[in-house]
Amino acid sequence: MKPYAFAVVGLAALAAVAAGGADGQPSSSPGVDVVAAAAAAAPRQRGDLSAQDLARVRQVTAPATGFDRAEPFELMQAGAATARQLVNADIFSHPSGTLDFEGRQRLLVGNGLFRKDWVSAPSSTQASDGLGPLFNARSCQGCHVKDGRGTVPGFDPLERSDTVALLMRLAVPPANEAERRKLAAVDVPLLPDPTYGGQLQNFAVAGLPAEGRLEITYEPVEVALNGEETATLMRPTYRIADPAYGPMHPQLQMSPRLAQPMIGLGLLEAVHEADILAHADADKGDGVRGKPNWVRDARTGRLVLGRFNWKASQPTVMQQSAAAFSNDMGLSTPMFPNHHGECMPAQRECFKLPHGAQPHLGEHEVPAELMDFVADYSTNLAVPQRRDVDDARVLAGKKLFYQANCVACHVPKYVTRRDAERPEHRFQLIWPYTDLLLHDMGDGLADGVSESQASGRDWRTPPLWGIGLTKTVNPNATWLHDGRARTLLEAVLWHGGEAQAARDRVVAMTPQERADLIRFLESL
Amino acid sequence: MQKLLRGALLAAALGAPGAQAAVEPAAVVRTYADIAQAGYEDALAAARTLSGTVDALVAKPSNETLQAARRAWLASREPYQQTEAFRFGNPIVDDWEGRVNAWPLDEGLIDYVDASYGTENDDNAFYAVNLVANSRISVGGKTIDAGKITPQLLREVLHEADGNEANVATGYHAIEFMLWGQDLNGTGPAPASRTGTPQERHAGNRPHTDFDPANCTGGNCQRRIDYLKTVTAMLVEDLQDMAQQWRTGGAARQAVESDPRAGLRAMLTGLGSLSYGELAGERMKLGLMLGDPEEEHDCFSDNTHNSHLYNQLGMRNVYLGSYKRVDGKAVSGASLSDLVRARDAKLDEEVRGKLDATLKAMQAMKHRAETVETYDQMIASGNAEGNAVVQAAIDALVAQTRSLERVIVALELGDIQLEGSDSLDDPTAVFQ
Repeated sequence: MKPYAFAVVGLAALAAVAAGGADGQPSSSPGVDVVAAAAAAAPRQRGDLSAQDLARVRQVTAPATGFDRAEPFELMQAGAATARQLVNADIFSHPSGTLDFEGRQRLLVGNGLFRKDWVSAPSSTQASDGLGPLFNARSCQGCHVKDGRGTVPGFDPLERSDTVALLMRLAVPPANEAERRKLAAVDVPLLPDPTYGGQLQNFAVAGLPAEGRLEITYEPVEVALNGEETATLMRPTYRIADPAYGPMHPQLQMSPRLAQPMIGLGLLEAVHEADILAHADADKGDGVRGKPNWVRDARTGRLVLGRFNWKASQPTVMQQSAAAFSNDMGLSTPMFPNHHGECMPAQRECFKLPHGAQPHLGEHEVPAELMDFVADYSTNLAVPQRRDVDDARVLAGKKLFYQANCVACHVPKYVTRRDAERPEHRFQLIWPYTDLLLHDMGDGLADGVSESQASGRDWRTPPLWGIGLTKTVNPNATWLHDGRARTLLEAVLWHGGEAQAARDRVVAMTPQERADLIRFLESL
Repeated sequence: MQKLLRGALLAAALGAPGAQAAVEPAAVVRTYADIAQAGYEDALAAARTLSGTVDALVAKPSNETLQAARRAWLASREPYQQTEAFRFGNPIVDDWEGRVNAWPLDEGLIDYVDASYGTENDDNAFYAVNLVANSRISVGGKTIDAGKITPQLLREVLHEADGNEANVATGYHAIEFMLWGQDLNGTGPAPASRTGTPQERHAGNRPHTDFDPANCTGGNCQRRIDYLKTVTAMLVEDLQDMAQQWRTGGAARQAVESDPRAGLRAMLTGLGSLSYGELAGERMKLGLMLGDPEEEHDCFSDNTHNSHLYNQLGMRNVYLGSYKRVDGKAVSGASLSDLVRARDAKLDEEVRGKLDATLKAMQAMKHRAETVETYDQMIASGNAEGNAVVQAAIDALVAQTRSLERVIVALELGDIQLEGSDSLDDPTAVFQ
């Protein structure tokens, strides 16, 4: 893989790919709408299937019509890749059922790297040093707790822990026409804070101050529900305390992001673009219109469909993982080769600290071999099979999920590509309950930070598979992009914008109906 | 003439290719369950012996009683590591395994550590809480009452606290840390002052006075004793549970006996996953790649060579349908090997050859560990000779898995991972 030269120092891993690299598209050329061009060039047909297969796929992915019993194949929600192990706290940590023994070895070596604490350079363990200088976490599992959701510092101010899994994305609005053009051409996904960069690192190696501390306060908000019930939502306010490198930009925008579960990512990567774009193109007259995020592929410089993270701002698991190494842990990889992670030019001391790349181990702190293990791991953690698919209450909840039109965004099923890059992801009927597209989610969730095509009001529909096991894996886990929802019902009630109507239908349900709906989610 | 006859009889007894009574899968899985039962019972008996030596150590702390406890721990690993062949493929075992053999661990959770370990880790609030020294533990604003060291405190509060897998509060490796203490020698040479085998010179070196309240070193000797006794009792209890699962009527035995084909799949999944993934991958390749002694499986006692060797012996037992118990008695019966031989004698020969070759590579590793250098020294970056010995064992494990994959095909067990059919009567059916 050829590393690209990046336009903005310190923003390497935000995929700020320089214009005109190798086979990159010309960008910044006035008058050319690169986004429209990328959208127009994307496939609208599944070229991987025969006519006969296509007909079978259409039939099997059609929305459910009956709710008196489970649909065929529904139990195995990730197809043959589904994990059938006993349910315990390890349930998100099993290999895809479709992996051969060699694949399982790669997964387990990757697991070793995923749990590994990286240390600052120089150290005696030369192969795993190079942390920072600025960082959010020392290991992947530090945020992705047991491969599940991260933990927010806590709602009770007296019981608050350090912020690790919740990171703060930083951005500033464009100040002039040149910056506006750069954003429009997706030369950069966002404009970082000139001093602190695109992300707040609240830890640093010894001898260097951390960038600052995240302070969170929550204000309870009561929501009345049909049937004399009330829910209390926790509305967060964020503030950065003790900024160590001088004042932040006066128009600083902040967007908190909580670490997401790691299951089923390879299968999501293997969903055909045409199947995703079909939902973006369709106007069903319900006010719901998914939007693709066209983002830069760091390997080629091309604009491609984003599908991972809260803003769909990364196109592949590899790029998402390499970006996390760079931004969250300050480790260089072949894709993002900056040894100093997200040190910004203004943070001069940051660049003076030693890095962990060792000539005899390769040119990066995380050499290609190790990076590939982590990417293999991250694409092959299995989605657990569902529980109680035939239960009457679960089926009633599923019917309500359809009737409330949750399925407009949380699209139930796909059949993955026959020609997916890896054989273990090919041609599986999967039930992730997402369209992988962006939706305006209203004022309550908006935070003003845009990333590529994702506005400050847009969020990617998160997959729901495995959501019922969230607390089995991490009892302290909560939901939504910043973990503000303590229950699944609270998460539903935060939905606004395009999802306002669906949310209102849930509010209007009887208590029994709401309980059934939640019961269905818990069975996923 | 007599010699010839004996040869013929032997051949008949072993079953000449194609000329033997049909081997029933039901009989094969029964042997498998019998070996599992015997293995866990042996591990249980060895853990009880260990528990006795811990009592003796506590009653009369001396170098001798500590050495006796260490020897008992080492001996307890021999049957246990053989049972790891049952872990993958049997969800009941896999579900339970984390309680007894979790690894690697951040030992600062449990007891005092060297200054080089550090005092905190932003990712793990429990990194250095030192249970032995603290009857109240403050973590992230919360206070945990640890005044009394109980199984409940260890299992439900501290083990995997905050979802961090490095927070290991129970099992073999926690006991190992108690008996040996930290191995501070890394990949470097053993201190010149120590004597004995490379293992004895290079492993952790906790003094027996750490368990002597009257002449206490390391502080908090009584709490250290309480902890050691509690985790040892828990290990005995956990092994009791698992032995019960494999006795007649036990759920693990039932799972393989009620559906012998599924049982055969469990056997092969277990062998392939342990060989290739767990052992050759996470426990060996990773450490070798990183040159990191922290990635050594038995890092306090430097007993990793034995852990790996007995894993291999356990896998061989499963294939050959024969286990030599700790007391020397044999448990044997219809085997996977018999089943394969009836189908394809050459393949059976190949598998047995590969299993033996791995055992030999493991024995070479053990020999080196006992005469030249410990396993953590072998995996040091730049140690070409040591690296090669470990790599040879990895290569042999990979090669044996390739042959096991051929067994799966020969026995028509389908692609073992691609379970499920298109049949709609089967709730686990998948679209194909």
